[in-house]
Amino acid sequence: MAEIQIKNVEKWFGSYQALKSIDLTISDQEFMVLLGASGCGKTTLLRIIAGLETASQGEVWINDRRIDHLAPKDRGIAMVFQNYAVFPHLTVFENIGFGLRMQRRPNHEVKARVERNAELMHIEQLLGRYSGELSGGQRQRVAVARALAMEPDVILMDEPLSNLDALLRLEMRAELKGVLAESKTTAIYVTHDQVEAMSLADRISVMHQGRIIQAADPLSVYRDPAERFVGSFIGNPPMNFLPATPEGGGKWRVAGQSYAGPKTDHTALDFAIRPEDLQPSAAGLAAVVKVVEPLGAHVLVTCAIDGQMFRAVLDSDTKLAAGETITLQPNAGRIRWFDPQSQVLVR
Amino acid sequence: MNARYLPYVLITPVALFLCVFFLYPFFLVARQAFGDGGSGFSLDNFRDIFGYWKFNMTLTNTLLLAAAVVPVQLAMALLMATMVSRMGKGRDLVLYIWTIPLGISDLAAGIIWLAIFEQSGFLNSMMVGIGALERPANLLTYQNAGLVFLAIALAEIWRATAIMLVILVAGIGLIPKEYYEAADVFGASKWKQFWRITLPLLRPSLQTALILRVIMAFEVFAVVAALGGTLFPVLMGETYAYQFDLLNSGAAAAMALVILGISIAATLIILRALRVPKGATI
Amino acid sequence: MSQTDQVSPNARKAGRYLYIATVVFLCAWVLVPLYLLFVNALSSAEAVNSFPKSALPEFDLGSLSFFAKFQGILDALKNSLIVATMTMVMSIAIGAPAGYALSRFEFRGKATFRLLILMTRAFPLPLLALPLAIMFIRTGLDDTALGLAFVHTTLAVPFAVLITFSLFSGIPLELEEAAWTLGCTRLTAFTKVVLPLILPGITASAIFAFVISWNEVFAAAVLTIENRTLTAFLLQNLDTTAIHLKFAGGFILVLPALIFIFAVRKYLFAMWGIANR
Repeated sequence: MAEIQIKNVEKWFGSYQALKSIDLTISDQEFMVLLGASGCGKTTLLRIIAGLETASQGEVWINDRRIDHLAPKDRGIAMVFQNYAVFPHLTVFENIGFGLRMQRRPNHEVKARVERNAELMHIEQLLGRYSGELSGGQRQRVAVARALAMEPDVILMDEPLSNLDALLRLEMRAELKGVLAESKTTAIYVTHDQVEAMSLADRISVMHQGRIIQAADPLSVYRDPAERFVGSFIGNPPMNFLPATPEGGGKWRVAGQSYAGPKTDHTALDFAIRPEDLQPSAAGLAAVVKVVEPLGAHVLVTCAIDGQMFRAVLDSDTKLAAGETITLQPNAGRIRWFDPQSQVLVR
Repeated sequence: MNARYLPYVLITPVALFLCVFFLYPFFLVARQAFGDGGSGFSLDNFRDIFGYWKFNMTLTNTLLLAAAVVPVQLAMALLMATMVSRMGKGRDLVLYIWTIPLGISDLAAGIIWLAIFEQSGFLNSMMVGIGALERPANLLTYQNAGLVFLAIALAEIWRATAIMLVILVAGIGLIPKEYYEAADVFGASKWKQFWRITLPLLRPSLQTALILRVIMAFEVFAVVAALGGTLFPVLMGETYAYQFDLLNSGAAAAMALVILGISIAATLIILRALRVPKGATI
Repeated sequence: MSQTDQVSPNARKAGRYLYIATVVFLCAWVLVPLYLLFVNALSSAEAVNSFPKSALPEFDLGSLSFFAKFQGILDALKNSLIVATMTMVMSIAIGAPAGYALSRFEFRGKATFRLLILMTRAFPLPLLALPLAIMFIRTGLDDTALGLAFVHTTLAVPFAVLITFSLFSGIPLELEEAAWTLGCTRLTAFTKVVLPLILPGITASAIFAFVISWNEVFAAAVLTIENRTLTAFLLQNLDTTAIHLKFAGGFILVLPALIFIFAVRKYLFAMWGIANR
């Protein structure tokens, strides 16, 4: 059982605030992904949980133990590093068994656990090799096996797939998901790749400039972004935005069209819709086609609505040419509205 | 162990050691030079050494030797470093041979070149052997001041080029190949590449190499003692003589400060002349 | 000439010959004087004093055995060994932690510390032997191996710090962090992960310190009287000893250098490469 609680954690590097008042609870066996662009603080937060950095203020708890003042080795965690950190002077076997040897476990136990985890990561035939003889992907598997062999309460992963080529990344993602689900360990995974986040996470914490903007399951983060930033960060291509003015009675004017929206007294709102939630139709937003990209599975159309750039993902048989005018009708249930000042979702 | 204090704990032994065995003696030397035996601050020691008839010659000798030797070594080291950077097979062996002098004591170097230049030495043997001389000449004597200088200069060049070579090879190694490839694409010849790419990017290394070599040149001691003895007085040798032959510690300390003074002056000049604009490094 | 046209094959060949000839000449320039020392050392006393010199050694151990029997020489040799070994141990013992601190930590005073290290390289250190001689007399370290070793360590420590700094900088911090998450304390992580990886480099640094001490002349001459080191002994006796003794002594001085430089050659360049930044 490993539930993690992060209470009011802040981190300053000199006069630069990397983390601003982070509060997060991660349930037992949950796969939590910290997602954000570089510099958002996700790696700093992970390292604070690991014990490789100390928080400027705040507390970190694992179950009923407060751990933020403990050394990494006393926290019950294991970590997979971005550059794998496989020890060059030890064999794969010795690497995977390293933590177990530190715990002075008997030889037969070390052997059993090393072999079991090596098999899990499909590297049992590499046990006698040194890291210099391994490929990047193989080293990555060693790093994961080494962490799993510790049977930790929490496993922490710092962008473990980012140094792999695209195809390998795809394979490893699926493998990791399976392996970690079976191991029944709580996992915290840091990435800037939102596809990875959507694929692996039970919950995603979207981070930006030191704050957690939204922590929710992938579909909620996708469908109901808490802030405009989340909508524009998640999804490829990202959400479209248009300014909207009130018509009264919950109706809003967007690029000459009228849509039902929040019944609030905002003087302006941002209208948002995802590219795949648009259909060509007789009525709707008038768009001038700029670029048409037939991507095989669908067609990506970049157009201008009221002078603003707008993207739509349309059926793969759509035939359009640059310069044409089309009308796009958004799926009413998927329209979202954001406050232009605070950037927060308005219902 | 609290990580905040750990770095200080780690550097304390070195810092302490250097304070005791470097800063404190340095302070003692300064104090002794500027005042002797309780009469407070005085420049007597300096007056003594500057007034000594040999001083001008000693200073001139030292500076002249440095001026003769260092540029030659710089050119040679640059040549050797450039050649090594293009070498394929045999690079390791050649580099090892060329850096052997690094491990050779200046005393040993003096002895080695003595074997060549002394009266019954190899140079004489060779010259008599090829008929250029009838009898072995006594080369290292008072009459042949120029030859003595040459012998010392050769020994110094032989001994100390390796130090500059090592620094320059490391510096050249830091220059990414892409710069040369780009230069090739833009049509620069190898010679132009040397002038326009290698040399400018070597500035920090050239600085280091020159400063180190010049300071060591002002400290030249054992080579001169071996080859010239009293025929070619240099600053360091005279300092030794003051301390142990004349038993005049104050004068020796003053000489030490003179050597320090010209070392610092030379360092500053080199730093200025070869300074690198901010951001203009690799 | 800014063209990269075809150079005529003859010109290129000539250039190549010139290149090879220069390399060979420069190698000979280094090796021939050493060879001549070698000739002298391995010749009998008579041959050394005779004229003209032959270009080939007699392989007579006369000079060397005379050297070995000469009064005080073996003691001087022993003293050199003791001082150099002490220097080696001390300079690594205090230099390596500092190199580690410089490579891993940002701390207040780091720039000042680096300046101090640099300054010691710039200062004519043997001159410090003069005031230290007095200090040593007062503390009883005068004419001892330990006293001289302290001075030599001052000479060697900046190199030890800089070489270990570049060595540690080459080991990613991630490796230590991984060790910390796998059950190591800072110290165990250092001994089990970092140390095995830099051992060759630290050995090179130690050997370098040994060579610096072994070769040093001025301070040795100043600080040792009864317990002379080899360099001090030879310097003292430059005018008075028989010439073949000098050559044998020179040979003994040079021989370890040849071996040592061979052992540390990889690290010579690493030291300056990173220290230059």
